[in-house]
Amino acid sequence: MAALYEGYTLCGLVPDQNLSSSGIQGIEEERDRDHVVVTDSTRLVTLYKVSDQKPLGSWTVKQGQKLTCPAVFNSQTNEYVAVTDNKVIRIWKEDDILLDKAFKATVSSDVWKVHCTHGGEPVVLFQRGAVRLLDSLLAAPQQPIEEVLAQEEAIRWSTIIVAETQQFIIITTEQKGEHFLYLQRLNPNSVQRYRLEREEPGLSPLSFSATYRDKHICLLYLYPNGHVYQSVLSVRGLGTEEGVQALPLPRSLLLGLPVGDGQLEAASAMALDEAHVAVVGVPHPSAGGGKDFLCIWNTNFQTLQAGKEMAGKIYGQLWSYSNKVFIPHGKTLSIIPFECPKSSLASALGKLKHTKTEESKTPNSVPSWNNILHGEKAQPSKSAETRRTRTTRKSQSTTNLTTDQVLELIKTAPVEEIQKEVEGFLTRAEFQDLQPSVGQLALTLVSRSLADPAFYSSSTLAQLVHTRCLCHSVCPDLVLLALEKKDYFLCQLCLQFFPDIPEAVTCACLKAFISIPDVDAEKVSLEPDSVEFMENLITRDRAEAGLQNGFSPTSSVVNDRQTRAEDVKKVSGPSQLSCPVGLHKAVLINEILQTPYSDTFLLPHLKDLSSQHVMLFLQYLQFLCLKYSQDAFPQMEGFRSPSLSQIMDWVCLLLDAHFTVLVMTPEAKGLLLNLHSFVKSQVRLVSELGKIEGSLQELRKMKAKESIGQYSIEIIELF
Amino acid sequence: MNHSNKSICNYYPLHFIQAVVRTVDVMTYVHESTTGSKGNNVGPGVSQLVFKIVWRQRRGTSIMGEFKVHRVRFFDYMPSAIRTMAFNSQTERLAVARADGAVEIFNFNDNFFQEKVIPGQDGRATEALCWVGHRLFSAGLNGEITEYDLENLRPQYTVDAYGGPIWTISSNSQGTQLAVGCEDGTVKIFAILEERIQFQRNLNRHKGRIISLCWHPSSAQIAAGMTDMITIFDAETGHATRRLLVDRAMGASKNKEVVVWSVGYLSDHTIISGDSAGKVQIWNGLTGTLVRTYLVTKWDVLVLSVSKDESSVIAGTSEGTVIQFQFISSTVDQHDKEWVRTRTFRNHSHDVSALAHTDTAVVSGGMDTQLVVRPLLDKVEKNTQESALRKIAFPHRSLVGCAKKAGLLLFQFPDHLELWKLGESEGHGKPGDRLPVKRKPEKLIELKRKGEDHICCSALSACGGWLAYSTVSSVRLYRIQYNNTISINKVSKLPKELRSVHQLCFSSDSSKLFASSCQSSVIVVAVSQQECRYLHTLKHKTGSRQPVHLLCASDDGKWLATANTDCEIHIYNLHKMKLHCMVPVYNSCPTTIAIHPVTNNLISVHADQQIFEFSLVQKEYTQWSRRLQTQGLLSLWLERDTPITHITFNPKNPDHIILHDTYMFCIIDQSLPFPELNAVLWNQMILKSLPVSQRIGQSHAFKICKSFQHLMCVSLLEDLSLVVVERPLLDIMSQLPAPVRQKKFAT
Repeated sequence: MAALYEGYTLCGLVPDQNLSSSGIQGIEEERDRDHVVVTDSTRLVTLYKVSDQKPLGSWTVKQGQKLTCPAVFNSQTNEYVAVTDNKVIRIWKEDDILLDKAFKATVSSDVWKVHCTHGGEPVVLFQRGAVRLLDSLLAAPQQPIEEVLAQEEAIRWSTIIVAETQQFIIITTEQKGEHFLYLQRLNPNSVQRYRLEREEPGLSPLSFSATYRDKHICLLYLYPNGHVYQSVLSVRGLGTEEGVQALPLPRSLLLGLPVGDGQLEAASAMALDEAHVAVVGVPHPSAGGGKDFLCIWNTNFQTLQAGKEMAGKIYGQLWSYSNKVFIPHGKTLSIIPFECPKSSLASALGKLKHTKTEESKTPNSVPSWNNILHGEKAQPSKSAETRRTRTTRKSQSTTNLTTDQVLELIKTAPVEEIQKEVEGFLTRAEFQDLQPSVGQLALTLVSRSLADPAFYSSSTLAQLVHTRCLCHSVCPDLVLLALEKKDYFLCQLCLQFFPDIPEAVTCACLKAFISIPDVDAEKVSLEPDSVEFMENLITRDRAEAGLQNGFSPTSSVVNDRQTRAEDVKKVSGPSQLSCPVGLHKAVLINEILQTPYSDTFLLPHLKDLSSQHVMLFLQYLQFLCLKYSQDAFPQMEGFRSPSLSQIMDWVCLLLDAHFTVLVMTPEAKGLLLNLHSFVKSQVRLVSELGKIEGSLQELRKMKAKESIGQYSIEIIELF
Repeated sequence: MNHSNKSICNYYPLHFIQAVVRTVDVMTYVHESTTGSKGNNVGPGVSQLVFKIVWRQRRGTSIMGEFKVHRVRFFDYMPSAIRTMAFNSQTERLAVARADGAVEIFNFNDNFFQEKVIPGQDGRATEALCWVGHRLFSAGLNGEITEYDLENLRPQYTVDAYGGPIWTISSNSQGTQLAVGCEDGTVKIFAILEERIQFQRNLNRHKGRIISLCWHPSSAQIAAGMTDMITIFDAETGHATRRLLVDRAMGASKNKEVVVWSVGYLSDHTIISGDSAGKVQIWNGLTGTLVRTYLVTKWDVLVLSVSKDESSVIAGTSEGTVIQFQFISSTVDQHDKEWVRTRTFRNHSHDVSALAHTDTAVVSGGMDTQLVVRPLLDKVEKNTQESALRKIAFPHRSLVGCAKKAGLLLFQFPDHLELWKLGESEGHGKPGDRLPVKRKPEKLIELKRKGEDHICCSALSACGGWLAYSTVSSVRLYRIQYNNTISINKVSKLPKELRSVHQLCFSSDSSKLFASSCQSSVIVVAVSQQECRYLHTLKHKTGSRQPVHLLCASDDGKWLATANTDCEIHIYNLHKMKLHCMVPVYNSCPTTIAIHPVTNNLISVHADQQIFEFSLVQKEYTQWSRRLQTQGLLSLWLERDTPITHITFNPKNPDHIILHDTYMFCIIDQSLPFPELNAVLWNQMILKSLPVSQRIGQSHAFKICKSFQHLMCVSLLEDLSLVVVERPLLDIMSQLPAPVRQKKFAT
């Protein structure tokens, strides 16, 4: 799963008075992955070292002048290029202090942007659509610039892409509500114009993002109605048919994002890799209408992979360099490291084993001062460490640090200490961050328990399971470990909370549960609700349910004799039944009955059960069936309990799996006969119900007619 | 005629009458077909008598049973949410405070009868109640401590604590000191004196409000629940001796501070707390350490209550559940006990904000306005009336007045009165029909009360011309005239004796107004067009100071009956203006009384569902009453758990007594035999299915109708049509705010 990690602040922002724009014009990568050039919307260019969150240098233009395009770094010459007042190109080096003294050249037409790829030559894009390489332009700055775009056509967005060795400039334009795309190849120059398909009238794309992969350029664009489209452009067939005729650009709907109420305003979508899209300014589907979220969506499975709430206003700007997202929000520019591991259906459904446990160590994006000062080996003493984490409880930036520490702790510390620390960790951690770390904690705990037979911390594991952030595939050995340690409570929790327990494990649990001696089972403490349910089922107290306010709740119409007769029947019926297994054993088996399964996978494992176990299990299922069909359940609604259909499904499965055995076993004969008669009575009941269905329907119609208003005058008769 | 008839029924055994009736049925048939004069075929003595019986019985089976019913559902009565409660185990009284400031006293010794209601007041916002012996104190968000005068049903005095809103109040075990927790973070100690309370001192002040308080049984320490912590104070020095930090909720709400809504302090220095993070925590108060944490809900644990023997604690949550914890050893052979979560009760749909742990039951109340008494099945005998769950949803007194002559209804709300005129129908129909409504009911008057005190009682005269209501501070009387338009005039000069009044009642000719006043006395005022004149104060001599909660005047204007919460019923002769007699005191409180218009017998029904008929002239119980007592009432009748709140009579048939509780109304026919002990009480369906001739043999005195549910009033108008005022619980439930969100399935 993709994940967003704890972010940190690169710099503060000076947004507009009315917060309409962030005050940042652009962020460009500098000499390596760790340096960026940030251009603000007025006069300032700043160079940052990202990992230090620290500015290395900054340049301003004179008062009255204005930067009109983001500064780019030309890595061939180690020079910065920017444009002021639309027409003045400025070039300077890092050790130039004053921009005014640096090189400048005035060109004859307004510049839209200067683009530069890493290792490539800067390219100047003019507002009217013409493109020049910087060198050739500077050779004759006043050279005439042709107009490529039509009269009322204006550039909305542009980028540069390197495909193999070719550089492409991609421009999107708008003309009278229509949107066009220009794909401009450099050296040799050629251009192709495409027409974007219209979305609903009046909607223009909010953001574009282009990537190159598999010899195709993928263009991703987001509309205010939350639709994210992808268009794939081939770079091969270009240039053959040059002209102004606009080809229609085929598109495919990649994602339909939830937009909440109203339409998106400041939002942006960006492709992170072939399967992941980062989206900002779109509401989180499970967090109400607020739009200040950064989310990563998987486009293959249409699933939300990670989300993070960003404090303050979102401006709809988003950049991404080397696994970090740069996002201006509120009054800060934040950097959020992310990770998009290769996704597969198996991992999305949680069925993949050990895919990411090794690599899933969170990148240490913020350097630990301990590491820098003392090196990795000098671990601070444990007591100091815990004290420090306590005192810095509030500070957010230490969270991923403490995950590692807790992980370290788990590998060595005694049970009590681990329990304390994990508990502390869970209370400290934000819920969103819990998901990855809980998995790691559980995994480490389990692997230690497996390695060291003397070590086992039941309560800590139970606590982790209780967070509901775990699933079986994250920690595949947990259930079996619990079984091995005879920790039935943990088993119960796992069965209850894990959505993805494989059928083999379910069966293993079943086998273990059935074969526990009842004496042992009664010693186990289990979830009180489920125990209470079984208790109620086994020893039902009828009087309590029957009398409410001195009346039996059902008898608003007086028909005493009948109900009384029924009562007598009810009381005498179920008292003959006794539960074939002990209370706690029954509770555990109930848990099995409620776990999801698919029968094709379950059947082969069910065949492993011994015939005694099958008999016992069937007897218990029969007991449940009879109980359910004989008693009404007035008070059972709140409890977690197997439904009648679940029970019947299991009966069928068992019979399927052990048909021959059961037929051959003489002891099973009575049981099968009972089941048969039970089914027969059910069938008869259903057929009888079918007969009176028509009349019942009529009754219902009559009831509906009789709605009592505020006032009516009726005639009643008393006898 | 009717009297003679009844006496015949009394003297002749039933089977005899039945036999006779059967034969006479045949005879009358013969007789009618041969068109002779009656009595020719039979001898004069017996035949006359038998004919009367036949006539009566026939009327009873065919004509008598039909009623036109005005089914009224426009009384938008909305009970107020239960805010807090306090149980006094000495007197077995439960005090319940509602969100509108009203305080109700329930007698747990007497079938949970709501014997007293102290009306609320705007802005009182009672947050906590506390019994000290027989005295009841409350404190609220208005910052005042109030002691109630339980004899005059009003606040006796209020004291401002000067600490901002008060969240909690608690008295020490000796009943000498009262501690209140204030918004400004102070715990203030008041000394409880004979007639008042006096400020003693503050405990050391802390930042943050004091939400909950509990004294240690030794009175040496006080535990105070605050935000994010519990502080233990030394009650002597006032210093904080320990602070217990309470963890915040896990996950997203980590940044929200946690509020300790309730604390309990046991004699072994165990502290139990319930907080807004959904935890019930057990602390060791000596060492200040956390012993156990039970996460019981995703929402708030709002209230805790500890049983008297400290072996059990119950906690109420926002989800509407009550969870019990018991101090038991977890396995059978172990001796060291611990607190274990044992039972969960789900009887509420909304917040449980008030709890009381009696010896045998869990009493809970909250946002959904119902008081629920859930007996603990290990403490009571199973399958008895005692073990049944009780829900008290409606007040045990009538909020509806009915002017029988004018066909008017008066609805009493805490802040206003509504006067409605019933509609009319045309045509006739057969039983089960709904008649077309020719004229719709009409709201004539909506009268807003003056001042901030809520209305405690109201009365409408039978002619509909007079309307009176009272608050704890004043009585108001209005003259209503119906010409083409309705005019309402306040009677300006009321006698000064009419001040503090608990119950109002007009005489049937609307010439007098009776008002029950302090010390069980009744003030008689003459009302007329010209003036309103004080006549007399009726007093009794038993010395009971309890308030009169029931008043009833006879139709002929001669008698007035009063009942007070000491279970006494006094009869006054209004001609002589003096006490006539006192009905022998029965040990259960009367829930309603009425004087029969023809026989002048007093019918009283009590909280234990017993019915008595007392002859005012002979000053003794009537034959009928004695027979009823000898034979006994059916257990199904006795097990009903809502009291009879109103009695009316049928002017055309003096044998009929019409009474109702919340779930049914019943016409008692005094001419019919009582049901045998093994008979079916609700026999209407059986009777309906029988042919007419056999009904006589099966019918008995109790004719119960349950077609109308959650009755606020049943009355019989002069035109013999019934008025049934319903308020379905479902309607009340639908007006409650949405309960806390609970995750159900994949929502």
